[in-house]
Amino acid sequence: MAQTTLTFPRIDSVGLDGLLVRFGDQLDEAANRAALAFRAAVEAAGWDGVEECSTSLVSTYLRFDPLYLSHDDLEMQLTGLLSERDWYAAALPDGRKLLRIPTVYGTDLAPQLEEAAQVAGLTAEEAVASLSQARVRVTALGFAPGQPYLGTLPEAWDIPRQTALTPQVPQGALVVAIRQFVLFSVTAPTGWRHIGQTAAKLFDIDRDAPFLLRPGDEVEFPSVTREAFEQIKQAPDAGITREALV
Amino acid sequence: MNRLIIQQAGPGVTVQDMGRTGYIALGLSRGGAADRLALAEGAALLRQPVGAAIEMAGFGGRFSVAEPCRIALTGAPMRASLDGVPLVWNASHMMPAGSVLDIGGASKGVYGYLTLGGGLATDPVLGGQGVHLTAGLGRALAAGDELTLSDDKGDESGLTLTPQSRCDGGTLRVLPSLQTDLYPLEERARFEASTLTRDTRGNRMGIRLMPEGEGFGLKVGQKILSEIITPGDIQIPGDGAPYILMAECQTTGGYPRLGTVIPADMPKVAQCPPGAKLRFRFVDRQEALGAETGYRKHLAGLSRAAQPLVRDPADIANLLSYTLISGVTAGEELS
Repeated sequence: MAQTTLTFPRIDSVGLDGLLVRFGDQLDEAANRAALAFRAAVEAAGWDGVEECSTSLVSTYLRFDPLYLSHDDLEMQLTGLLSERDWYAAALPDGRKLLRIPTVYGTDLAPQLEEAAQVAGLTAEEAVASLSQARVRVTALGFAPGQPYLGTLPEAWDIPRQTALTPQVPQGALVVAIRQFVLFSVTAPTGWRHIGQTAAKLFDIDRDAPFLLRPGDEVEFPSVTREAFEQIKQAPDAGITREALV
Repeated sequence: MNRLIIQQAGPGVTVQDMGRTGYIALGLSRGGAADRLALAEGAALLRQPVGAAIEMAGFGGRFSVAEPCRIALTGAPMRASLDGVPLVWNASHMMPAGSVLDIGGASKGVYGYLTLGGGLATDPVLGGQGVHLTAGLGRALAAGDELTLSDDKGDESGLTLTPQSRCDGGTLRVLPSLQTDLYPLEERARFEASTLTRDTRGNRMGIRLMPEGEGFGLKVGQKILSEIITPGDIQIPGDGAPYILMAECQTTGGYPRLGTVIPADMPKVAQCPPGAKLRFRFVDRQEALGAETGYRKHLAGLSRAAQPLVRDPADIANLLSYTLISGVTAGEELS
């Protein structure tokens, strides 16, 4: 397939009013750092005609006014900025934090633990041990407000999405595929397998900081019993602890 | 300050504007009006800047105002009447205090818009007034709600314009997208040769299309890295039935995308009713930029295109109430 011969970073257009700078075509720690740092640099540059900037897992997206700033001119500006340094060697953003979010694995709350473990070639117990001890990083926020992609999980978790969608997982659902977690900020359909349940509220407009997580933050999902979870659910912070990362 | 009083509302009546900027990176898509052209038409009919208006999905509601108010009706034509007297759609009117505005179902298209003179003065949240249903930001309007209106600096009403036809499907222009190359040329040609039907499943996130024959699924679809999604993207889940994503779409996704509908054709996507037919034509960047230039010219010319509504007295069921209404307008115009 043509895609395997691509070299990175590369610039592609997205619709009529977007350009995407891709630092890789698979989840990769250095490429993720590159995307985050490059976005910060684009924002600092404050180019006229660029309306919005964001990152996904290993890429930086720019939305711009193509009648004000031509594709060619913006591409040239981006190429110039790319050549200024080795973006893959960039540091993570400042002000990161570590959160521990209590999680019930399996039970009726997260019915696909055993199925996911089987696809990963593990027993349910091994799966819980592996997932609850993993320290993962927010690689991107996306799909729904404040909703994190978290990686990278051990290699056993390089499992595909399901072919069919699960019609609905609840807010706070922890799902897994392709060596990543997604933690759901809203009730939504998904093709990922639902292996854990948390009481986390990732987006709450009534909170001083409406978004719980930022790209670069690190998260652990320690295992708690169903009984403990019922208590945690009532707590205002959903049992989540946080500390600054330096 | 004047108030809009909602006496009854259909299930999909929301406040919408041109959307939010700056939150894609945090997972919140821009949102805003499904048919932004209709929002601009409403503003033009009241000769005011584009702001927030009432969007009505499929069905309107019953409204009144505390003080006299100018209104404009645009987008999907809906049965509308003021104190029982039919109102012309795609026009601005004067609404006296205490009168009752009834807006029924759409006769074609999907999203109707009620724009108020002066605009809605609801507080912005994260830089926008628009309700984002998927994100849980705000909620649909319901009976008993009251919305504050900004002071109306204008006084013209009784204007009309001829809208760009967009309520019955048609051909959409498509740019290649990040995964277009994953589709063999024959598949892309088959897509362009196909007529697809707008499914009943659809909302502000997007509309589902039914292919006439086999779907457009990709075998490698299950392990594509999640990537940025933009309104207009034609996303194809495992069952092969495409979705065209709209204002309230998710910000990232992993299902393959065959292409992206150009912004100038998005009003046609939003207003395509269930059962209507859509076709697709790939265009290059140059053609898409030309279409965008034309679309912006059209938007800029709307205010000029809005012209006095010429009424045939024979068409007016209750001449007395019209005289009263236009009497208010004329008085303000003279002052």
